Amino acid sequence: MNWFITDNSAPSAELARIPELSYAEFYAQLCAELENPACHLGELFAMREQESRLRIFALLLDDTTSQVKICSYVYPYYCEDELPSIAARHPQAHPFEREISELYGIRFSDSPWDKPLRYPARRAVQGNTIDNYPFYKMEGESLHEVNVGPIHAGIIEPGAFRFICHGEKVLHLEIALGFQHRGVEEEFLRTDNRLRQTLLAESIAGDTAVAHATAFAAAIEKLSDCPPDPHSNLDRERAVALELERMAMHIADTGALCMDIGYQLGQVACEALRTMTINTTQIWCGNRFGKGLIRPFGSHYHIDQEMIRTIRSNVAEIKRRYNEVRENLKDTPSVLARFEQCGEVSLSQMTRIGGVGVAAKASGLCRDVRWSHPWGEYLRIGHRPIVKRQGDIMARLTTRCREVLQSAEYIDDLLSAMTHDERPTPAPRFDTRLAPLSLAFSLVEGWRGEICHCAVTDRQGALACYKVKDPSMHNWLALALAVRGAGISDFPINNKSFNLSYCGHDL
Amino acid sequence: MSKFKVLRSHGKQFIPDLNAVTLPPIFRGRPSLDARTDEATRRALERLCPVGAITAEPFSLDTGRCLFCKECAMAHPDAVSFTNNYKMGSNDRRALVVTPGTDTTPFEADAVRERICSYFGHALRLRQVSAGGDGSTEMELNATGNVNFDFGRYGIEFTASPRHADGVVITGPITRNMAEALEICYRAIAEPKLIILAGSEAISGGLFAENRAIDRSFLATRTPDLLLPGNPVHPMTFIDGVMTLTGRKKRE
Ligand code: SF4
Repeated sequence: MNWFITDNSAPSAELARIPELSYAEFYAQLCAELENPACHLGELFAMREQESRLRIFALLLDDTTSQVKICSYVYPYYCEDELPSIAARHPQAHPFEREISELYGIRFSDSPWDKPLRYPARRAVQGNTIDNYPFYKMEGESLHEVNVGPIHAGIIEPGAFRFICHGEKVLHLEIALGFQHRGVEEEFLRTDNRLRQTLLAESIAGDTAVAHATAFAAAIEKLSDCPPDPHSNLDRERAVALELERMAMHIADTGALCMDIGYQLGQVACEALRTMTINTTQIWCGNRFGKGLIRPFGSHYHIDQEMIRTIRSNVAEIKRRYNEVRENLKDTPSVLARFEQCGEVSLSQMTRIGGVGVAAKASGLCRDVRWSHPWGEYLRIGHRPIVKRQGDIMARLTTRCREVLQSAEYIDDLLSAMTHDERPTPAPRFDTRLAPLSLAFSLVEGWRGEICHCAVTDRQGALACYKVKDPSMHNWLALALAVRGAGISDFPINNKSFNLSYCGHDL
Repeated sequence: MSKFKVLRSHGKQFIPDLNAVTLPPIFRGRPSLDARTDEATRRALERLCPVGAITAEPFSLDTGRCLFCKECAMAHPDAVSFTNNYKMGSNDRRALVVTPGTDTTPFEADAVRERICSYFGHALRLRQVSAGGDGSTEMELNATGNVNFDFGRYGIEFTASPRHADGVVITGPITRNMAEALEICYRAIAEPKLIILAGSEAISGGLFAENRAIDRSFLATRTPDLLLPGNPVHPMTFIDGVMTLTGRKKRE
């Protein structure tokens, strides 16, 4: 076994220290490690290293040891050899291999699902266009297809869903994405303006602005020569912002699930509570989604005593009222009838597809980088993830419910710990030099799950590659599995119970 | 029993008078520029803005490009400041460019097409199309109909089918992969129909304006009826803009 072993709080690594293996070795050691259910693929991506070669990196996350193991292989740019597919043995690799194929034309000989992923502008085969996505077909007189999207009924981002149904029953759902593709990763490299890059990070997924900006700031800080001031409250403030974002979005999802089953009381109560949560973020930083709050090395919005009091009292009130909604949902039979035993994803399915975040935890798979790969303030919090077993919509809902209460407690603890610390948060810095020929990654647990950013620098210390992974990249397949065998009319509530990101996936 | 608890805590949530809403002072709304700013500072601001929203000569800030990061005001608080004025929407692209000494965004009520107020002044159904939007403006548009803002009280709502809609609200810089779907959706709406661009990214392309994944040809031959700056657009900016466009409110 030949790995570079590090963790989520270590500084960046020199590229030269990351083993460069043959594909046969790379394939063998990755496949072997992935047999361990505590390990999963955090990232697998290709970058053009020199004119003539691609270098492909894998980040393997080990939940029991908190280690992150990195290795790589090199593929000559104009080589046409086919490679054996890791996804053929470990389906969790499928979106990553599809991405590499789509961008660089590398073929994986036995790939189980060799299809375009998001139709990026710089794809290898320009003739593949999003309107001729090769949907899976099934023949049979009693079968019919239902196509939904790319534009959906509500105010929501676009994606295409193709159902193959037998009567009301869904036999297969295929999800085609890419409609939201804006060229995010490319834009990171087109500029060396750090502020512009920060704004890009905030717009990867606007509902996860805080988590993605935190991941960006951490990656940049790891690459810079000057560490952030360890004595300020910066880490605590970032954790408060992240947990507020989690609360707001979980509450929004609780309300959306209620709306889709026509349970108006739950819906309106959650709408009001979400408003209160995002308005709390707004009072702090001027933006309801926390845009502008997370900046490399510092913040413009130091939390003072008055702000501590405001946030604590709002959060306590939200927690109290949300808990009433939670208890009400649990003893309302018409709610349970719709959510229980609907859209089940088993633990073994979740493990095989490499699910993360709320969806994984609801199926009994403990994936939460606040616990397994802590960083910053989470090194001190000692987070205990909430894990359910049933894997149905109710489990995904109750995982969220419990996480809201847990986040509220964390926020209160963090803020009360700040009471005696008057040291102001430093101002952001956009001018730090980055270490040349290095790789830095950052893992952040956003409200959907594990976010991973990887930054690789060139000889001059400019970004040569910026790779973004939203948890949705892992979890879209879980939605497709959840609705297998379900009635098609249960699709909306299944979709809401995952609430995955389109733009975060399409980039 | 548990229902009563929820109801009692919930109480009354709707905002009785939407016209009386003021946002907290820290909200980043319409910027204001100081005419006394010297040339060196203006040039520095022009260089600082990551999306080219600030021009040094003549000194101006284009809210149709601005992403409201406030870094300009943080660096030069005497030259630029952000107010909590959310009334930033206009039917005129040029009106979004803020110049020194102004504190309202002009709205050209006379330039609104004749049938808009008579057709849509009492009820309006809109179809939203996200074309590369990051999800935040979409959530704010959803929020306009929620229990707090309850924009539906004015007969203004979002609808699922473009056949039932009187216009389209576009978010995002308009991606190449969504260009055709947007076109089809827009064509399915009966005349007269509105085009509303929600968010600075929809208005100017934002951070992605130059990216080849973007295709803004939809706008090449069409004039939007309403442009709403923001990152994301605050629900009040949307409500104020639509009410002003349909003649139910005047920009003072
Ligand atoms: S707030 Fe607007 S004008 Fe100022 S720097 Fe940011 S994007 Fe530019």
